[in-house]
Amino acid sequence: MIVRILGEGQYDIADDALARLNSIDNDLGVAVESGDEAAFAAALTALHDGVRAAGTAHAPDSLDESDVILPPSGASIDEVRELLGDDGLIPG
Amino acid sequence: MGVWQRMTMIFRSKANKALDRAEDPREMLDYSYQRQTELLSKVRRGVADVATSRKRVELQINQLEQQSTKLQGQAEKAIGVDREDLAREALTRKSAVTNQISDLKVQLNQLQGEEEKLTLAQQRLSAKVEAFRTRKETIKATYTAAEAQTRINEAVAGIGEEMGDVGLAIQRAEDKTAQMQARAGAVDELIASGALDDMTQIGGQDDISRELEAMSSQSDVESELARLKSASHGGAIEGSSAAGALGAGTSGQPMQAGAEETPVQQPEEGRA
Repeated sequence: MIVRILGEGQYDIADDALARLNSIDNDLGVAVESGDEAAFAAALTALHDGVRAAGTAHAPDSLDESDVILPPSGASIDEVRELLGDDGLIPG
Repeated sequence: MGVWQRMTMIFRSKANKALDRAEDPREMLDYSYQRQTELLSKVRRGVADVATSRKRVELQINQLEQQSTKLQGQAEKAIGVDREDLAREALTRKSAVTNQISDLKVQLNQLQGEEEKLTLAQQRLSAKVEAFRTRKETIKATYTAAEAQTRINEAVAGIGEEMGDVGLAIQRAEDKTAQMQARAGAVDELIASGALDDMTQIGGQDDISRELEAMSSQSDVESELARLKSASHGGAIEGSSAAGALGAGTSGQPMQAGAEETPVQQPEEGRA
């Protein structure tokens, strides 16, 4: 699976790392929903670190689409909401 | 739905919208390539802009560091002539300058970070654009319009994601640079308005320098007077201080000579 961290590039991730990263992603979603900036920053950092640790850099000259795209490091909740183009709540 | 799925979907839908426009899918290749090279120029300009801002902040830090050194020197000088009030004023200003410097250093760090990120983004995009160019030529040479569709979609979507990423990086850098420029402008104004810069004028345009200079010229006059007194006094009494009296005499004599003609004495009083 290919994961892109915006502003950083693409990583190849083994599928067995996915469950753990998915659970961090859920924390991230909860933090965005509740507007908890500290929890958000912690979850985003954990997610990025997890991807970097479990992944290897995807070939820079490939034209492959990523399966998953993550917000850039240092992003705030507001920036992520803006990227998601909504009011911050996950739609039904 | 988690954050990453949503983020991914949004990027996809943007890339797909771009694809819908072309009639012959092969035209899409050229159109996309043109936009890629435009984006590459834009990211290069972005790197240059951030570098310009960074240099400006570096320059300001240098200027403020010079001011800080100068103020330190003034404080020492003021203590030397026993003017604690002036020394305190100089140190107070120095502390304001020091705060400003550490503020600017934080900004400098951020700008360096942005510059680095954009440079890397430029390299990544550049690699993908080159890959796209090769793929584009292959697709055009190998496939009919109908056959090419899927491969074109893949190539365009793949690079579309990179372009979205780079576009975002450019925007983040622009936002940061704009914030910095507003603040850098304020520092320039502060330096130009004299609140800080006056302190560094050579020749002592600022109040502390003026006072210190006034005091030192006053003490020059005093020591000159003392020398003159001791010269005339010592000369009358003792020959052994003749060397010192002569030394003082070289500067003292013309004055004494002038003292006999009243007009020449006037500017001397004025200066004191």
